[in-house]
Amino acid sequence: MTHEAPASEHDDHDSPYEGLFGGDSDHWAFGTDFDDPLAGIEATIPDGADPRALAQYCLMLGDDALVLSHRLSQWCGRAPELELDIALANIALDLLGQARLLLARAASADPSVVPPLPGASEAVPSPVPAEDALAFFRDDRAYRNAWLAEAPNGDFGQTVARILLFATARLALLERLRASRDAVLAAVAAKGVRELAYHRDFAARWFVTLAQGTEESRRRVTAGLAEVWRHHDELFRAHPVERELAGAGVAVDPADVAGEADAALATVLAASDLPWPEVPQAGQLGGRSGRDGAHTEALSSLLAEMQSVARAHPLGRW
Amino acid sequence: MTGAYAIAAAVTDPELPVLTLADLGVLRRVEEKAGSVTVVITPTYSGCPALAAIRDDLVRVLTRAGYGDVRVRVELSPAWSSDWISHRGRRALAAAGISPPGPAPARDGGPVPLTLLPARRELRCPRCGSAAAELVSEFGATACKALYRCASCREPFEHVKEI
Repeated sequence: MTHEAPASEHDDHDSPYEGLFGGDSDHWAFGTDFDDPLAGIEATIPDGADPRALAQYCLMLGDDALVLSHRLSQWCGRAPELELDIALANIALDLLGQARLLLARAASADPSVVPPLPGASEAVPSPVPAEDALAFFRDDRAYRNAWLAEAPNGDFGQTVARILLFATARLALLERLRASRDAVLAAVAAKGVRELAYHRDFAARWFVTLAQGTEESRRRVTAGLAEVWRHHDELFRAHPVERELAGAGVAVDPADVAGEADAALATVLAASDLPWPEVPQAGQLGGRSGRDGAHTEALSSLLAEMQSVARAHPLGRW
Repeated sequence: MTGAYAIAAAVTDPELPVLTLADLGVLRRVEEKAGSVTVVITPTYSGCPALAAIRDDLVRVLTRAGYGDVRVRVELSPAWSSDWISHRGRRALAAAGISPPGPAPARDGGPVPLTLLPARRELRCPRCGSAAAELVSEFGATACKALYRCASCREPFEHVKEI
């Protein structure tokens, strides 16, 4: 990108408002000038991996992060304490960063997954980068996230239980994914592990605090756990795409990390004096799961909100 | 013309303006080829929103310095660690009232151990030097910081998280 304003006419310290009006958008992150988030990363498809399967796999991992990120950002301004508001927003931001990279990888592996933009044509090229098109212009049936990510927030106890379950499973998965033969997945995983370890520990501490707190906090976090635990098994059930790519050394079979994740969950439950939950498992509709594009109504309303501005102005420049 | 590396290294982080990119450890390298410059940086966190501002700042200062073709590339691997903050950077953080990070957790290759107790950090209040600091929040105003309060002087302060 170039900066047209010559230095003499554009001293940084002249006026804080200068950048707002035309010309220099330098300090406005997330303006219309987008960068390819994967620029400079080795992007060849590993031998033996089907690019279409790789894209689907990246959508699964990316959509989990994107959808939960949006759910957590719905706490903004509503958490029980200011510090928790900040904490949930921080976790959401980390997940959004992971989602951006993974959706960009999905688009680079198989460009046909990127939905066309209404109104865009050769004459009017889309101003939207591929990962944004994937986030804002796909219908719920094209999303590949697990139901755990899309379920409504519930109260703070339920949100803590969800982050605990989600971060524990994803941490165990990404720890192994660091050895992926796909350089992008390996790099995203290596960064994500550090972030998720922090999320998991934060959620685990709050879980124990609430479980060992007052009668009311224990009642709420226990009820929240029972609610989110309906999605425990879906996190560790391998989709054929995951199995295929795991065989090629590109993906991780989630069933292989169940033991490790359950061990961490058992530690938290023991510290909370709570038994292993026995609740009926959800996550499938007529034999199809979120990984196949089958979702609950909760995802439709989440996407309606998340996508409303982008869909109202598909060619908007910001 | 000052060397491109020196120019890039002196750019400051928008969220921690007391730190240069070199002191923060996000500047990987600068490749110069016949008037064109490629700066390679790495994000602190996956979602770090400062990255776009850093990129723009690098392009601006190098363009002003006379480099015609300036590119900024992002490398994710190896992932940034707070251990990469230089000694000079740690002193600058402390001088600005921000507690510098301790050593990042060691990774021995096994599963990341669960820690149910708040991170025990050996840190001192950057204002009064007291070791009696209370954790207020594991997360702060930016992705890379936690919030503390000094039990002696009662002032709140930020601490750069160890990752």
